[in-house]
Amino acid sequence: MTVDTAPAPAPAAAPARRERTLPAGSVITTFLVLFLVVAAFSVEGFASTRNAGFLLLDVVVIALIALPLTLIVVTGEIDLSVASTVGLCSAVMGQLWVAGLPLEAIVPLVLVLGGVLGAVNGFLVTRLGLPSLAVTIGTLALYRGLAFVVLGDQAVADFPRAWTTWAISSIGSTGIPTVVVPLLVLIAVTAVVLHATPIGRSLYAMGNSEDAARFSGIDVARTKLWLFVVTGVVSALGGVYWTLRYGSARADNATGLELQVIAAILLGGVSIFGGSGGLLGVIAGALLLGSVRNALQLVNVPSDVLNIVTGVLLITAVVAPQVAARVRGRRRRAPA
Amino acid sequence: MSAPATKSPAALPEELAAPERTGRRGSALVHRLFVVRELGILAALVLLVLVTVVANPRFLSGQNVRDLLLSAAILTVLAAGQTMVIVTRNVDLSVGSVLGLSAYATGTLLVVAPGTPVVVAVLAGTAVGAVCGLVNGLVVAAAGVPSLVVTLGTLYAFRGLDSLWASSADRLQINAADLPAGFKALGGARLLGVPVLFLVAVAVVLLVGWYLRTFRSGRELYGIGSAPEAARLSGIPVGRRVLTAFVVNGALAGLAGVLYAARFQTLDTTAGTGQELFVVAAAVVGGVAIFGGSGSVYGAALGALLLTTIGTALPQLGLDPFWRDAAVGALILAAIALDRALQLRLAARLRGRNARRDR
Repeated sequence: MTVDTAPAPAPAAAPARRERTLPAGSVITTFLVLFLVVAAFSVEGFASTRNAGFLLLDVVVIALIALPLTLIVVTGEIDLSVASTVGLCSAVMGQLWVAGLPLEAIVPLVLVLGGVLGAVNGFLVTRLGLPSLAVTIGTLALYRGLAFVVLGDQAVADFPRAWTTWAISSIGSTGIPTVVVPLLVLIAVTAVVLHATPIGRSLYAMGNSEDAARFSGIDVARTKLWLFVVTGVVSALGGVYWTLRYGSARADNATGLELQVIAAILLGGVSIFGGSGGLLGVIAGALLLGSVRNALQLVNVPSDVLNIVTGVLLITAVVAPQVAARVRGRRRRAPA
Repeated sequence: MSAPATKSPAALPEELAAPERTGRRGSALVHRLFVVRELGILAALVLLVLVTVVANPRFLSGQNVRDLLLSAAILTVLAAGQTMVIVTRNVDLSVGSVLGLSAYATGTLLVVAPGTPVVVAVLAGTAVGAVCGLVNGLVVAAAGVPSLVVTLGTLYAFRGLDSLWASSADRLQINAADLPAGFKALGGARLLGVPVLFLVAVAVVLLVGWYLRTFRSGRELYGIGSAPEAARLSGIPVGRRVLTAFVVNGALAGLAGVLYAARFQTLDTTAGTGQELFVVAAAVVGGVAIFGGSGSVYGAALGALLLTTIGTALPQLGLDPFWRDAAVGALILAAIALDRALQLRLAARLRGRNARRDR
């Protein structure tokens, strides 16, 4: 085994090289734009306002939950329980509605519940020092199980029409769903927090080296705890929206959605080990997954087969940069 | 330069490894703690069975126990393979999809060629799984991409392949009536009253356990999981070992697919959906550390048995079956919290022992 013991010129050359690398997410964004252009010309019915509306409606919840989860992944942690939080919040929302509470009271209660569920994750990870992957696999099962305990296998579907039609309404005749507006606000807020505040910088610092972050005065445990709480609240919001959009509260709502959200985040160029990636890429990743699925549905590819596309896209997105880096010889030896 | 073989019976995360002088006694202590950990799950299992029997004496009736063992067999085989992968600080989330693909492939083979001997069908299903495992392992080991991401991708891809195959062959479901009698007999076959499928699972666990404990390459899997960089520097072929772990795990997921086909005999493209979480859960409950380096396949097998028993015991206890997932989740959290406590205690004990000796 030969070990290269002379990396002397590397440090001097590194900054110059780094300047030449593209901003995070630009590759996937370019890919998205190219795909949209090609699909608009080659897939019949893709570029209609009606279809754009459907496409966006399907992406909304994924993009919404991806926002706080991106921050968690950047710090090097993960939360697999988000979809179960959606399910539990949806079930509780249904049960409270059956009990006769008005939606104006239910929604805040459900959001608080989401915060508590997130706090449980955060407590176990930051105070007991348990690995977030294992903790949130546990709460994935726990929260989904509690959703079934709360609502069983029944569905609550008699929500007021005003709310459910708002959930799928569009702005004027543009076809753009109304919910995109609040989503854009949340995207902007998250982008500013992640990319333009000291808090955002500290998240990257934690992801790169937790010890170094702690030594430089960042309260790692508290920051992570709050990230889990926020993720819980946003997932609860996703649960409320999911329930209204499909007009039905069920315990199995959004089952498996966590994998799609994480796929969007990783496709967007965020490293699963933390410390790198940006929000632009994540939003582009979510949109790309949504548009590819939508376009293939329009050309009558069975929906199950779309899974191949999701999987191959995801693997390509992570393998391609590695291979490119190896070809350019930037990395000496990739970890196995 | 020869790699220092791991001497301790149970490999440890590097921060816990005792200095050489106290290595023997330290490792005996470590070994005892791990045995205690496995006995703990066994005790939980026995307690659960006892409580359920008191509530409903028919819980231990022959047919009920046989059903339980049949259900546990599939999860146990998956958990045995997953242990090999997790021990190397990797994870394979695609096993549910591999199970589905292999079950469908085995079913198709038996429908197209009903005369196929059962042994050939078993080998075919296992081979399909091994190929899937090879794909996972190659991408992980060669491209250096985290296994969580790769196998999340193949979770989708293998499932999609399964659907594509089923829809293009225009055979969306394979029913018991389509399968040859010889294969169907496998599902209900018994040896001395014990279901054969369960015996297969036991054999798999013993084989994997023997390999991980006895063989040098098996010990090296623990070394890789404890400290990948140290393993590389000490001359362990990390890429090849990880690749092997993925191929074996894929083959076992393929075997689990055959068992699934033999047990349920009605196959569609949703077979095994969501199993990956129960498999990882079984391993974690059984004391396999999610970040590699420690845990045994026996623990994982007991975890699989415990999770399956919970599923069947709840209704007998008069609880809604809806409580199952919640119970499983709570169990996972309890198990990792317990592991953390044991780990801290062990570290403290080893430190104390060394301090006394140094004086």
